[in-house]
Amino acid sequence: MLRNIIVALKVVPKPEEVTFNPETKTVDRSKARNEINPADKNALELALRLKEKYGGKVIVVSMGPPIWDKYLRLAVAMGADDAILISDRALAGSDTFPTTRTLATAIKKIGNYDIILCGEESSDGGTGQVPPGIGEWLDIPHITFISDIIEISEDGWAEVKRTIKGGHEILKVKLPFIAAVELGCNTPRFPDFRRKRWADREFQLTIWNIGDLGLNPEEVGLKGSKTIVVDLEEVRPPERKREVLTGAPDELAKKLYELLKGYL
Amino acid sequence: MEELWVFIEQDEGEVEESSLEVLSKARELGDKYGFEVVAIFLGDGVKNKAEEVGKHGASKVLVVDNPNLRHYNSELYSKVMEKLIMKYNPNTVLFSATRNGRDLAGRIAVKFKSGLLAHVISLDFDESKDLVGKVPGFGGNIAAVVKCIESRPQLATVTPGVFEIKEYKSTFEVIEEDLGVELEPKNIKILSKEKGEYIDISKSEKVVVAGMGTGGRMDLVEELAKLLGADVGVTRPLADIGVAPRDIQIGSTGVTLKSKLALILGASGAPHFTSGIKDCGLVITVNKDPEAPIKEYSDYLVVGDIFEIIPRLVKLLRGEENA
Ligand SMILES: Cc1cc2nc3c(=O)[nH]c(=O)nc-3n(C[C@H](O)[C@H](O)[C@H](O)COP(=O)(O)OP(=O)(O)OC[C@H]3O[C@@H](n4cnc5c(N)ncnc54)[C@H](O)[C@@H]3O)c2cc1C
Ligand SMILES: Cc1cc2nc3c(=O)[nH]c(=O)nc-3n(C[C@H](O)[C@H](O)[C@H](O)COP(=O)(O)OP(=O)(O)OC[C@H]3O[C@@H](n4cnc5c(N)ncnc54)[C@H](O)[C@@H]3O)c2cc1C
Repeated sequence: MLRNIIVALKVVPKPEEVTFNPETKTVDRSKARNEINPADKNALELALRLKEKYGGKVIVVSMGPPIWDKYLRLAVAMGADDAILISDRALAGSDTFPTTRTLATAIKKIGNYDIILCGEESSDGGTGQVPPGIGEWLDIPHITFISDIIEISEDGWAEVKRTIKGGHEILKVKLPFIAAVELGCNTPRFPDFRRKRWADREFQLTIWNIGDLGLNPEEVGLKGSKTIVVDLEEVRPPERKREVLTGAPDELAKKLYELLKGYL
Repeated sequence: MEELWVFIEQDEGEVEESSLEVLSKARELGDKYGFEVVAIFLGDGVKNKAEEVGKHGASKVLVVDNPNLRHYNSELYSKVMEKLIMKYNPNTVLFSATRNGRDLAGRIAVKFKSGLLAHVISLDFDESKDLVGKVPGFGGNIAAVVKCIESRPQLATVTPGVFEIKEYKSTFEVIEEDLGVELEPKNIKILSKEKGEYIDISKSEKVVVAGMGTGGRMDLVEELAKLLGADVGVTRPLADIGVAPRDIQIGSTGVTLKSKLALILGASGAPHFTSGIKDCGLVITVNKDPEAPIKEYSDYLVVGDIFEIIPRLVKLLRGEENA
């Protein structure tokens, strides 16, 4: 029987809906819809499958603003047993250093963990630095880019599959550990309709501020960061002809042939 | 002189090329700002490969040779790096942003309470010798200029393919480091490894890219590619479902193409994908949706059904039909 399986879950704006305002040099996320970071859904799915096989409790933890509430409820509707949101104004502007510190402190407070799962990277910042960083704060092994946890044995070791250049490797890792789960390695389940209603209406989300974690404002957010953003710029797509070719398939195949001929 | 370190990745003695790109760039920065450039080379029986590494910009190659370092293992590699950094106090440590490089750098950053710039596409120091780099985000549409503050060593991972490998004529010394620590993995053990031949499409001249619109019909795509003398690439979901190896996936979590020609079939043009085709020459796309976002990234967007157009194109290329 496993102890807690903790999933660190982030909410992100859909990348194609994020725009850049060149005048103010700011990222405009206001028109973008949010979603659970895609790889984190794969991490949650893997956690739920582990629970079905080995028991334990799946707890989702997230560091973000109060509006993430509904996405944590979605995770609960998918099957998570509990969800915790760490929310505090002092956390604004955190780079990966205070982010990992805060998440690790919360994970310690939850306690009793055997496995911690993250996504391989977020679709916004996308540094992929959070999972190994949490591993260091907790002084437990970390493994990134895993596509499966094949087996967990009685003696407290797990067999995991990790993607490497040119293929994959099978590793044995000692519990407790943290792993970053590859985007798209499984198909996340849809929330159960009745459970979703319960999660939306009755589930009690736990909210912690930094005081609850025993952290002070100097240690987190912008102040606790080791990097700063000095400028933002838009990466414009290269100039392209953008010519649209239409017609019957025969005609289009011929047009394509003409375009490609010079490259044969 | 303060030291600028570059972590040289290898597997079974085979050096990761993108590490040498970073080393070459480090040398340029070292000359400009007065750093001694040191290549950090961990592996098994790699001492005789140090020559091959050093010539790409190092003035010193620090080798740690141990059978247990034959493959990357996050536990052992971070332990060795920790010892080395504590011993020599480098100003800066750079890594290639490969899976293993990112894995290792993320751990080291917290160990030393250091700032870490993520998969940068440009790299420099500012007037106070703080490390600055451009970090693409949101799939590559927006880049942040990020700077390390205060902490030492300052760290960055560098996106593969951004800098060129160069050779330098200057001499360098090779130092074998005996750390006097036990290197037995306690928590992570490698049971097995399955590696096919690694296909590198980052330098291909011509590439046919399959998206989900091909329905994973790789036979058709491969046939077309063969006739064009092109290599095959895919969008991420096709690698996810396993119809193509992850190594030929294009985009922000895959390869960035530099091909003269890219023929892209049935890809919608998501930001995480298009960041991988921005450096291509001619881009021709086929999509049944005339409004697909890929249009922005196309020189020619052919509007139609792949399964109607491509078999006809194949016939034309085979000379079975007259154009
Ligand atoms: C364009 C851009 C560039 C940036 N560059 C840097 C940089 O160079 N260095 C730096 O230190 N920071 C950088 N940041 C800041 C960084 O993105 C944030 O610190 C962010 O809070 C965490 O990092 P991430 O999104 O990159 O996480 P990743 O490491 O990519 O996320 C991996 C996994 O960790 C978990 N996770 C991450 N964040 C949370 C969270 N808030 N709550 C719960 N789980 C979480 C999730 O499971 C996620 O899938 C950058 C941000 C942007 C937008
Ligand atoms: C953190 C993160 C990292 C990512 N990294 C990458 C990455 O590196 N590379 C990558 O590719 N993706 C990446 N993605 C995924 C990316 O967001 C998109 O989901 C993906 O690129 C879509 O692939 P696609 O265009 O093949 O499929 P779809 O978006 O499903 O597009 C299929 C297209 O085919 C067209 N089509 C369908 N049938 C036909 C037909 N018969 N004939 C002609 N056209 C047809 C459709 O009109 C559509 O435009 C990442 C996502 C995240 C969150």
